[in-house]
Amino acid sequence: MEKFHTLTGLVAPLDRANVDTDAIIPKQFLKSIKRSGFGQNLFDEWRYLDHGEPGMDPAQRQPNPEFILNQPRYLGAQILLARANFGCGSSREHAPWSLQDYGFRVIIAPSFADIFFNNCFKIGLLPVVLDAAILDRLFDEVKATEGYRLTVDLQKQTVTTPQNKVYAFEVDAFRKHCLLNGLDEIGLTLQQAEKIKQFEQKRRNEQPWLFS
Amino acid sequence: MQTLYDKLWDQHVVHTESGDPDSMTLIYIDRHLVHEVTSPQAFESLKLTGRKPWRLNSILAVADHNVPTTDRSHGIHDPISRLQVDTLDQNCDELGITEFKMNDLRQGIVHVIGPEQGATLPGMTVVCGDSHTSTHGAFGCLAFGIGTSEVEHVLATQCLLMKKSKTMRIAIEGQLGFGVTAKDIALAIIGEIGTAGGTGYAIEFTGSAICALSMEGRMTLCNMAIEAGARAGMVAVDDTTINYLKGRPFAPQGELWDRAVAYWCTLHSDDGAVFDRTVTLYAAQIKPQVTWGTSPEMVTTIDGAVPDPAQISDEVKRHDMQQALNYMGLHANTPITQITLDKIFIGSCTNSRIEDLRAAAQIVKGKHIAANIKLALVVPGSGLVKKQAEQEGLDRIFVAAGFEWREPGCSMCLAMNDDRLTAGERCASTSNRNFEGRQGPGGRTHLVSPVMAAAAAVAGHFVDVREFGH
Repeated sequence: MEKFHTLTGLVAPLDRANVDTDAIIPKQFLKSIKRSGFGQNLFDEWRYLDHGEPGMDPAQRQPNPEFILNQPRYLGAQILLARANFGCGSSREHAPWSLQDYGFRVIIAPSFADIFFNNCFKIGLLPVVLDAAILDRLFDEVKATEGYRLTVDLQKQTVTTPQNKVYAFEVDAFRKHCLLNGLDEIGLTLQQAEKIKQFEQKRRNEQPWLFS
Repeated sequence: MQTLYDKLWDQHVVHTESGDPDSMTLIYIDRHLVHEVTSPQAFESLKLTGRKPWRLNSILAVADHNVPTTDRSHGIHDPISRLQVDTLDQNCDELGITEFKMNDLRQGIVHVIGPEQGATLPGMTVVCGDSHTSTHGAFGCLAFGIGTSEVEHVLATQCLLMKKSKTMRIAIEGQLGFGVTAKDIALAIIGEIGTAGGTGYAIEFTGSAICALSMEGRMTLCNMAIEAGARAGMVAVDDTTINYLKGRPFAPQGELWDRAVAYWCTLHSDDGAVFDRTVTLYAAQIKPQVTWGTSPEMVTTIDGAVPDPAQISDEVKRHDMQQALNYMGLHANTPITQITLDKIFIGSCTNSRIEDLRAAAQIVKGKHIAANIKLALVVPGSGLVKKQAEQEGLDRIFVAAGFEWREPGCSMCLAMNDDRLTAGERCASTSNRNFEGRQGPGGRTHLVSPVMAAAAAVAGHFVDVREFGH
């Protein structure tokens, strides 16, 4: 997994609530058996005027000039500002894969859907929860200021604005540790292999019908 | 005194790093259901790291999202869909994983076949790389959807690292009226608490209306827990649960069955157990529900109307509502019964079980779909549901009424195969998500129960199934 320490990056505002994972990456792109290459179809139905199918050359498509990520000032954005319940719906990890593949490293929102939130940490994409009132302020600032950048420091658990206003955020200690060090969670769990075997044996004795 | 969720959680704790119950905990997984869309990258990564599945007999695999619902004798014509299904077949063959292949009678939607086979049992932890895994909680188990990294984690370790959820009790008291179903309960709950209302919670559904539901109804309800934001929904074990499971292929038999039942009967919340939140709804007040927007919380009753954004004071909400109405091609204050339809979809992991098909068939029996309905699909949840329905003559009722009777799969719930809406088409659908583009780019989805979809097919527009046919 990719490590995350600090990032100072260009911010793009996606100003709508309940952005679902079908919108983040539509179903026709889930047919891929690979883990990469989803960035070009991130938000496909909002981002392009023509209908996208796997294998299409993005250079031949018609971008929707109204869509926020198509505006030149947001090109190269690494931090996405979003509204409540971001990532709701399907459990597809293709959603965080496409955000990461596009270039995002951090998503800041007042709330996230549980499965999406969890999936982000598994791949090194940092979801940051800040109060809705703070998000309102950040949305205003980013829209008003071209080239608006935020600094996200995972070690200190802070988001810092260009005016040096600092907002603290919460993150689970274990997830933070894994992200800071880019740890392989499976490897960590397998360090407990003996405990898992003991648990399994006890369970097999108590509820043998689960093991047939 | 413990909630059902507390009991299920405690039964599966392998290890807690700090001894603090609020920290990350290693949870043992009893059943791992696998489908073709969210597993290929997990299998590939497992192979690359030289790891093997921890316990093969915990895994049951099936292809459901990409499979065609028309003639399958020539395989899948879309090469990309075919490759994904072939990849699942290959992975399962190589590793020795039990899989119901596309032309197996037992093939179907993963959340239909798990319970149907008795592969989902009370007291289990059940996971699948699919958010609608919450369905299985109907059996008094802890069931939730996971991402592909977690699919790999479970394959390799039989465990997941998790934090304990908060608990919510949703009590539905009293008796449902005629024509009102578990789907209407689910949509009414989402209308009440919102699509993020259950975020961070495991929901237990209780109350006399839930006790009275069949297993099919309980599955519909738990299926939609994720649409309320909760990863897991559950219902306590009772006689209905046990009677459903008896004799299923993967269920225990003989002396083991008796031992299992004795344990399963403890799987309910204790009297006086404390929940972090309780919500109560009265069954008699629930009417048939219809969604009007692009989120399941954008829902009203059949006697209602499309809401007016001008009445909403919150700016973000008003903007979202207007955006939804634009997408849906609807005007404020239009009565729901005046919304005409192009297509009808009866199917999905929410509503494709035998009881759903029986109820819908009852409505269309001896009638015909309206002239403006371009396509009405019935997609059974599994090959066995299809066979059962055919034995009962339901297929003939649907076909005589102008419906198409298809092969089992996810179909037009998410349109990964050829079954889809084209831009601007409007559909009454028994599925679970009305998101933009969910049933096809530009398609407009209204979520309803099977009886409401059936009645709408005949009328050509939404009608109140409680009055329909009278």
